Amino acid sequence: MTGLALSEKIMIGTALLGGMSGVIGSFAVLRGRSLVGDMLAHAALPGVCLAFLLLGTRNLLGLSLGALATGLLAVAAVTGIVRWTRTKEDAAIGIVLSTFFGAGVVLLSVIQKPGVGGNKAGLNGYLFGEPGNMLTGDLYLLAGVAFVVLMTVALFFKEFQLVCFDTDFAQSQGWPTLLLDLAIMAALALVTIVGLPIVGVILMAAMIILPAATARFWTNRLHVMLLLAGGFGIAAGLLGTQLGRNYPAGASIVLTGAAIFLFSLLFAPQRGMVSRLMTEFRLRRRIAREHLLRSLYELGESQLPELAELHLEQIVADRYWKPRTLERLLDIAVDSNWIKRTDQTIQLTPVGLRHAAELTKTHRLWELYLMQHADIAADHVDRDADEVEHLLPESLLLQLQQQLADEGRLPLIISEVPKSPHEIGTDNT
Amino acid sequence: MPTIFAETILFALLPEISVGGWIVLTGIATNAACAVVGCFLVLRRMSLMGDAISHAVLPGLVLAFLFSGSMSILPLFVGAAAVGIVTTFLTQSLHQYARVPSDASMGVVFTSLFALGVVLVKKYVSGLHFDIACVYEGSLELVPFAEPVAGLPRPLFTTLVVLGINLVILVLFWKELKVSSFDPSLASTMGFSATAMHYLLMVMVAVTTVASFEAVGSILVVAMLIVPAATAHLLCDRLGIMIALSVAIGAASALLGYAAGVWFDTNLAGMMTVVAGGIYALAVFLSPRHGIVSAVMKNMQVSLRVLREDLLAMLYRVEELASDKPISPEQAQQAIGGGWQARWALRGLARMGQIQRSPERLTLTDAGRDAARALVRSHRLWETFLVEHLGMPLDHVHQPAHRVEHYIDQRLQQELESELSTTGQDPHGREIPK
Repeated sequence: MTGLALSEKIMIGTALLGGMSGVIGSFAVLRGRSLVGDMLAHAALPGVCLAFLLLGTRNLLGLSLGALATGLLAVAAVTGIVRWTRTKEDAAIGIVLSTFFGAGVVLLSVIQKPGVGGNKAGLNGYLFGEPGNMLTGDLYLLAGVAFVVLMTVALFFKEFQLVCFDTDFAQSQGWPTLLLDLAIMAALALVTIVGLPIVGVILMAAMIILPAATARFWTNRLHVMLLLAGGFGIAAGLLGTQLGRNYPAGASIVLTGAAIFLFSLLFAPQRGMVSRLMTEFRLRRRIAREHLLRSLYELGESQLPELAELHLEQIVADRYWKPRTLERLLDIAVDSNWIKRTDQTIQLTPVGLRHAAELTKTHRLWELYLMQHADIAADHVDRDADEVEHLLPESLLLQLQQQLADEGRLPLIISEVPKSPHEIGTDNT
Repeated sequence: MPTIFAETILFALLPEISVGGWIVLTGIATNAACAVVGCFLVLRRMSLMGDAISHAVLPGLVLAFLFSGSMSILPLFVGAAAVGIVTTFLTQSLHQYARVPSDASMGVVFTSLFALGVVLVKKYVSGLHFDIACVYEGSLELVPFAEPVAGLPRPLFTTLVVLGINLVILVLFWKELKVSSFDPSLASTMGFSATAMHYLLMVMVAVTTVASFEAVGSILVVAMLIVPAATAHLLCDRLGIMIALSVAIGAASALLGYAAGVWFDTNLAGMMTVVAGGIYALAVFLSPRHGIVSAVMKNMQVSLRVLREDLLAMLYRVEELASDKPISPEQAQQAIGGGWQARWALRGLARMGQIQRSPERLTLTDAGRDAARALVRSHRLWETFLVEHLGMPLDHVHQPAHRVEHYIDQRLQQELESELSTTGQDPHGREIPK
């Protein structure tokens, strides 16, 4: 790797970092520990400064060990505060993060005094990220950490999965959940700390969260999510360094990641906003359609088996439709061949009647069930009809149907309905 | 009040305000302004919103700077308030509508906005008077040399204005802020919007952060928001006192931090943060009601009392058996587990005059015998109750009774007695002493 140009080194380095932070970040996000990365990044600063004061050089391995030490101390402090005091986790993270960072700032200003020796250039890189400082040795360190982290995840995939989704169950099965949790945190700490000099303190938190949160939009399966998050991380690293050559690398990597996030937020299948809005829109339209059909059935119920001709005002009065909504619904219904429409009158077709009767039946069964078996007041039961048949046991359904039939309110479907069109048709002509 | 108190001391010490005086005053004002809003953040468990907003305001600052062409106060506040609202709105919508976990949505929003800010700084403001390092660390040292506004250095003036605004909002919306912090649904039933209060608070956080930015930087402002408030939360249980206390703690950490910073010749804002963290650590251990030391003390007192009572009850039972075999202090200590706690328990009993000890024999005094009788009575009443009412087998009742006997007072004894059919004998056939 010695023959690499700086830009190639930067690309490889950011891609490595993006990939591994995506993978380990997935666990952090799923575990509700998204902001631990943020805390670790801040808490690393005093460690970096102490290591520099001790070693006197900017050696990535040495500084990283220092960062790891204070980072783990910070995790321990937060755990202790949450366990033994009334301070809640959010405040504990905030306290530890800011106090450690304050100590780091103090140490940094000590280092910057003229009396303290050593090459200070690049130390500021830990705050803001400076991939331009990357050495070949740093790449080996990154690759080494990536290997360790990915191997850990591969080896303990099943255990990590269990801890992420059902800690209590994992505990009851005898898994050492605390140890597994610590393993995740340690891997997170490793990744955060080797990433600091590349993207800087704040934006390292983004590297942990963004690819994972992005991947979550695309899948419900953990292994797919890990692969996707790794991929998004690599993409953010590569594209970010390419697109943002004139800008601070960390910021452009994170903005690229944010763009991928935004795209996924909008366009991911199932969990994306567009597809969710579409689903909701379809559902709303279906409900409106069913309301219309049921209104038509109920308004004409007294004249069955003749298909009543209804006036537009009757329908409006029944449901308080807005005129435009009603017009659109009626158009759809005409297209589906459910109603026949003249200027002022509306009549169900035989096909429409059959649909409407089925809907009405389901609705009434639901109502009856809610009133009699779920203790709901009569004026609260007029809920949207749903497929009651799939939810209630058959015996109960038969009983309810019988009851409706006894009251003469059971809509006639299937067997009776196909006959009626003929008679009505002859009547009308 | 404590702020004014600290200021009077300062003015008394320094007839003419020196460079250090201005720095300390700015530190105190910043801390006070932050502590007032910080208390609500801590109580609402939204401390990290402070962290998030203090980073997210960066693009707002840059935009305000670009539009107004200066670092004047009003555009900065408007920019900050706008970003505060945007951050809150985005965080909540991501969580609510896109089902991103709440902490992740906060992380996504504030880091992205911050990155945007960094890029904007680089593109439009680099070379101008806008240093990224200042964003993190602030430059408290330079405060006295800032251009004066109304006779005060500008950052101090800004913070005092914000402190004033915060206090006015606090007074005006005291009830609303309080109720919506502790019980949002009650707030809704009382007819005001908890969401509106949430946004109000977030705008306050954003404006306070921006005002403190120049002096202390984005991360250290998080410390000033959260640490004094969390410290006060460890020390008291009333909101009003908590706010006053957190302002006082903030002021104290500013003073002490300044002194320590000058002493070690290092970054002052950083030192104030470290001192605040130190005060928090002290409170964690020493808080009278919620501290670790007092909790350990309380635990130890209970366990010593339990040991003393076990000893008494044991001696009583030995007396009851009318055995003439003496029990030595060593044997007794062994019987209750040994170690220093057993030794302390024995010494305590002797001091309280409940036992008499000689090297080879322990005997109960009359007072000791009365205390022991009450204990054994509790024990045996409980055993009887377990058998009679819960139907527990005979060989399972001693352990629970042994544990619970220390917490049965006279009133409970009477209640147990009235519940039981036989109160003369316990289920093992031993006498229940009166």
